[in-house]
Amino acid sequence: MTGGQLEIDTISKRYGDVVALREMTFEVRAGELFGFVGSNGAGKTTAMRIAMGVLAADSGEVRWAGRPVDLRTRRRLGYMPEERGLYPRMRVGEQLVYLARLHGMSAADARRSVDALLDRLGLTQRRDDIAQALSLGNQQRVQLTAALVHEPDGLILDEPFSGLDPVAVDVMSEVLRDRCADGIPVIFSSHQLDLVERLCDRVGIVKDGQMVACGSIDELRSGAPERLLVDAPAAPAGWADGLPGVEVRGRDGTHTMLELRPGADDQQVLRAALDTGPVREFARRRATLTELFRHVVSADGAGSTHGKEMAA
Amino acid sequence: MSTGTNDLTEPGVWPTVGLVASRELSVRLRSKSTRIATLVLMVIIIGLPVVLKLVTGSASTENVGLTGATASLGTAVQASGQAAGQHLNVTTVSDQARGEQQVRNGKLDALLVANGHGQLVAVVKKTANKGLTSAFTVLAQQAVFSQQITVLGGDPQRVRAAVNDAHITVQSLEPAYKYQTQQLVLGLVAGVLIYLSLLVNGQLVAQGVVEEKSSRVVELLLSAIRPWQLMVGKVLGIGTVGLIQMVVIGAAGIVTGLATGVLTISVSAAASTLAWLVVWYLLGFFMYATAFAGLGALVSRQEEVSGVVTPAMIFVIAGYVLGATVLPTNPANPIIETLSIIPVFAPTLMPMRLSMGGVPGWEAALAVALVLATIPLLVWLAGRIYRNAVLRTGARVRLSQALRAA
Repeated sequence: MTGGQLEIDTISKRYGDVVALREMTFEVRAGELFGFVGSNGAGKTTAMRIAMGVLAADSGEVRWAGRPVDLRTRRRLGYMPEERGLYPRMRVGEQLVYLARLHGMSAADARRSVDALLDRLGLTQRRDDIAQALSLGNQQRVQLTAALVHEPDGLILDEPFSGLDPVAVDVMSEVLRDRCADGIPVIFSSHQLDLVERLCDRVGIVKDGQMVACGSIDELRSGAPERLLVDAPAAPAGWADGLPGVEVRGRDGTHTMLELRPGADDQQVLRAALDTGPVREFARRRATLTELFRHVVSADGAGSTHGKEMAA
Repeated sequence: MSTGTNDLTEPGVWPTVGLVASRELSVRLRSKSTRIATLVLMVIIIGLPVVLKLVTGSASTENVGLTGATASLGTAVQASGQAAGQHLNVTTVSDQARGEQQVRNGKLDALLVANGHGQLVAVVKKTANKGLTSAFTVLAQQAVFSQQITVLGGDPQRVRAAVNDAHITVQSLEPAYKYQTQQLVLGLVAGVLIYLSLLVNGQLVAQGVVEEKSSRVVELLLSAIRPWQLMVGKVLGIGTVGLIQMVVIGAAGIVTGLATGVLTISVSAAASTLAWLVVWYLLGFFMYATAFAGLGALVSRQEEVSGVVTPAMIFVIAGYVLGATVLPTNPANPIIETLSIIPVFAPTLMPMRLSMGGVPGWEAALAVALVLATIPLLVWLAGRIYRNAVLRTGARVRLSQALRAA
């Protein structure tokens, strides 16, 4: 078990008049897979670049294991930048060994680590290829290898899944889970919310440079409105109108999707449905991350009341 | 698995620079273009003495044939050749027809005959070369001179002896250095080598910086090492490649020169030329390459590299062009002497002057000292520009911005 926890503490960054980050605060715990989601331009990449020290924050602090991050600690993190970066004309194996050695590994350890990872990611055949000759998917795998090659104590990955085929997504997911199981914190950003929901222990939703919701999926759900799916084939349109605390969200054939505000009585809904005739299906639907995300992001202002568990 | 509390191994500052440098070295040494460029330069530098040998070997002596009628002029022809600076090999042929035959087949360059009026005629195949023409002109003038003296009642022999003895004593206030043609040529070659090397390897540094920027690998690198380590490592690595090229090419040229006999300077003088070449290459490279690295960091695309390094490149070009045009005819030009001590021009001008000889020790030392003092300043300045600009991709970063940013 590692003692490492990555803390992003009230980081702010502005470019001229544009506020990129506004007192962003969250932490990624040891052994935790943290999903970082948000619209394009919300500030995810900026936050990650600041954490990796390739961009300076205007204010705030990034801490690792309780101490401000410096080059020494950063060397122990693995990073996958948003803009993929490899030497285009250098052989895959050589550049990975080089990167591992820049992080302080001995030549022998570096070669061993590179061989093991290339094997794991199915790239052994590509070891002596130059980077620019690889397919985009393989380049992405090499990029992940570059983040992992020095056996880091923490991972910061900017959209590691973008552009990967389903098989590669599985491999990538497995690798990330394994690293978490080793007890290191892993943070990655993604627009594939179903994937984030499936994979992550905790999720942070960013909007306009601020963390607007942060916690496990269940925690995020707790404040969101509940949904009910009712299949009442004989029900006329508008059958649920007027039920207290209930709003019709949509109708698809005989199915009606309802949203219940906190405190609304689902049994009353069931009775109303039965009044129209048979009820074939009556199901509570747990909000997906996509729904939670839409809900949080479409809400006005940052002071939304939805289940957020802001990290201290 | 390593743990968060393990010793956070930080490789020493210089081992990291060494890693960066050795990557550059291995990549460049394996690159085809580097090898081809070195090979081409080597062929040129080895070919130069060989060609010079062939050219000067055939042109230095002209064969002049005399017929029975002109045979008595042998000594006079030799003397005229000497006066005109043209070495002549004088032979006598049995008759004019045979002599003309030899001129035709190239055994003789000229045949000296007397026409019906007792005038001298030089028979050549097509044209007489310059040296030969001057020698014959001197010969003809001497003949007329002697004739006139005789007419005036004098003794041509005595007059000639007296004329030959006449000279003016030159008194130098400062001892002048006697420049030798060989050393002038050596200086020019040294100048070309330094110039090409600074141009090519300097450009490589800027391109290398931009390659890392445009491929975005720099972001990955700078999450592990400091910007200055990356910059200095790159300069050192490419500088070493250039050093290897310089030593190999310079040594090949000097060895060939000495072996073919085209270079007749002493081995120690040749060694000192090579040593100065290396010293000035290193000084010049580190000065310019550092500047190029900083400037290169301002742009994100290879097409923009030449535009951004040109302002610095101008000094290299200007120094070389000035030296190459002025020094061969006027090696002691006071303006060039002054410029060769100024750091931006010294790397091109000083090695040329040093190869030509006659540089006072204090001038050589001052030029080295000034460049040595400039390098740390440039490293600091370029390091600042590099640090502030290298992670900003996209539009070209303005120099003032890069200097100002914290």
